[in-house]
Amino acid sequence: MDRKIRVIVAKPGLDGHDRGAKVVARAFRDAGMEVIYTGLRQTPEQIVATAIQEDADAIGISILSGAHEYCFKTIIDLLKEKNAEDIIVFGGGVIPESDYPMLLKFGAGAIFGPGTPTTDTIAWLEKTVAEKRLKEN
Amino acid sequence: MFDPKQLQEVAESSKCYEASVAKVLARNPERKENFTTSGGIPLKRTYTPADLEGLDYSKDLGFPGQYPYTRGVQPTMFRGRFWTMRQYAGFATAEDSNRRYRYLLGQGTTGLSVAFDLPTQIGYDSDDPMAIGECGKVGVAIDSLADAEILFDQIPLDKVSTSMTINAPASVLLAMYIAVAEKQGTPMSALSGTIQNDILKEYIARGTYIFPPKPSMRLITDIFEFCSDNIPKWNTISISGYHIREAGSTAIQEVAFTLADGIAYIDAAIKAGQDPNVFGKRLSFFFNSHNDFLEEVAKFRAARKIWAKIMKERFGVTDKGAQTLRFHTQTAGCTLTAQQAEINIVRVAIQTMAAVCGGTQSLHTNSLDEALALPSDKSVRIALRTQQIVAYESGVTNTVDPLAGSYAVEALTKEIEDGAWDYINKIDDMGGMLVAIEKGYPQKNIQDAAYDYQKSIESGDRIIVSVNKFQVQEDTSDRKLLKVDASVGVNQIKKLRKMKESRDNVKVKDTLEAIRKAAQGEDKLMPLILDSVRHYATEGEICGVLRDVFGEYKENVVL
Repeated sequence: MDRKIRVIVAKPGLDGHDRGAKVVARAFRDAGMEVIYTGLRQTPEQIVATAIQEDADAIGISILSGAHEYCFKTIIDLLKEKNAEDIIVFGGGVIPESDYPMLLKFGAGAIFGPGTPTTDTIAWLEKTVAEKRLKEN
Repeated sequence: MFDPKQLQEVAESSKCYEASVAKVLARNPERKENFTTSGGIPLKRTYTPADLEGLDYSKDLGFPGQYPYTRGVQPTMFRGRFWTMRQYAGFATAEDSNRRYRYLLGQGTTGLSVAFDLPTQIGYDSDDPMAIGECGKVGVAIDSLADAEILFDQIPLDKVSTSMTINAPASVLLAMYIAVAEKQGTPMSALSGTIQNDILKEYIARGTYIFPPKPSMRLITDIFEFCSDNIPKWNTISISGYHIREAGSTAIQEVAFTLADGIAYIDAAIKAGQDPNVFGKRLSFFFNSHNDFLEEVAKFRAARKIWAKIMKERFGVTDKGAQTLRFHTQTAGCTLTAQQAEINIVRVAIQTMAAVCGGTQSLHTNSLDEALALPSDKSVRIALRTQQIVAYESGVTNTVDPLAGSYAVEALTKEIEDGAWDYINKIDDMGGMLVAIEKGYPQKNIQDAAYDYQKSIESGDRIIVSVNKFQVQEDTSDRKLLKVDASVGVNQIKKLRKMKESRDNVKVKDTLEAIRKAAQGEDKLMPLILDSVRHYATEGEICGVLRDVFGEYKENVVL
């Protein structure tokens, strides 16, 4: 039996909108994943440190403040710097679709906009983690 | 409301009706087995006078402007004048936002509502490391009086009322507003407006807290007192259910947690030696207007009634102004869809009708593109026009509390009232809202409701048009969204540094030291903050001193 998926649900920056993050975190948990929710006001450094320390498979970033460019880029860069780029980064929130290509280019695996069913996000994460583990073995 | 004979007749004829329903159901079952409001209150097939048994018109409803104010806080309501059409706005720099305000005033808004960026809301200057990437994004960046002067340039503060969504650092921004007005030649006694200043819902639902509860409550009651003495027309707080609802609560929870927060503020101010008959007049409220029209109308009516009762019976308040719940409303941002965004106009129109039929004092209507980005000029105009159509064309403004007496609306008003009292009593039993927050009680209730809501969408029990039904493939390439460029932050930092070079830094240091001393002791902070702001101390400097003395709030993470 594979070990459970470990996922960090992170709220970077000063944004206080945590409804989406908490709903998604609970949905992940109900889907059998191990979820670490960071709480508000996490710096990219804190988020990356948590992910490495918790040996996470993925970081889900929730951001509605418009600071997504900075947050995604910094988190992904820090992961690379710490040789942890195997950790999958994905996210959602209020992010204009026109910014998705930029975030994907930074290295994000997927962006889930408003209205996405949690089942879609769960299915994507399960598939992506499985592929990653296959590659590692 | 009805005599026993009438009720007897209704009981007889309802038997007949039930029999006819049974026949229909045998052929055509209803769409669902159970019907509820959006917040889960069971709805009957039909309401009759029997559902209002026990309702006492004079005691439970009364006339508009009369206790318990169920029908409105004011005798003539919108026949006198419409609500204040107040669009929450602010982005990028003070110059950009000033332009938007003057545009809105030109289009017929009757009050301003300032949105600050997150660093400003959390007491960081634009050059603070915590502010990276956030400057000017969700609102305007205000570091010092220099920015505030630009923000209100050419806006007559003696005529326009201004609402500021600022909580933890409310004293600092209020001080800046006073200082700008003075420079325009308007004394503070002539100012009218509102600061949100509601820290409890920041802990519960919104997240822009700075200090722990005790010093936060001190800052808040300090403001109550300062305003009672100096700015009698200022609303010293806007006790907010809006964000509680946005975080996922039900309508009943929105009312209950908001009013329980209100009780905590009153308790704190009384403890600080203030008279609720005086400061109580300047407390204002802020509610959400969600999709379920009847439930929302009932909610506003119930909230007014409960608050009047709390003020009169619990706090012994005799002043009529202090018994009335005056509130601002914003349509529900969380109901807006990114899919087929144009249809949000219709949602907002329904929510506007609910707020107006519920007797709001001011209203912000959301723009169609807000699930995607900050609104563009055009979408803000449509949102404002929606209010104007309801005001001038719909007819619902021509008689006061037009839905009163609807069996369903009165029954729902009672349901919400009873449901909210249950929560308020529970919170009282815990030892009040501060204890309840510490225990994660409101947070947990809100999260459970939010999760249930999401699950009901995913199961298809709840239909959201364009999200889980009636979807289309969209070409979104021609969308014109407002974007705040990263250069805004860079320029703001330059401006801030230049300002710091040109001010009297010795004076600034002295005023900051005075704040530190007062914070360590028990002296009133507001006059000292005003003095410091006048000398162009920055918001980050003032909040930095207070952070040193008071410490910072640690979030109670509940999942």
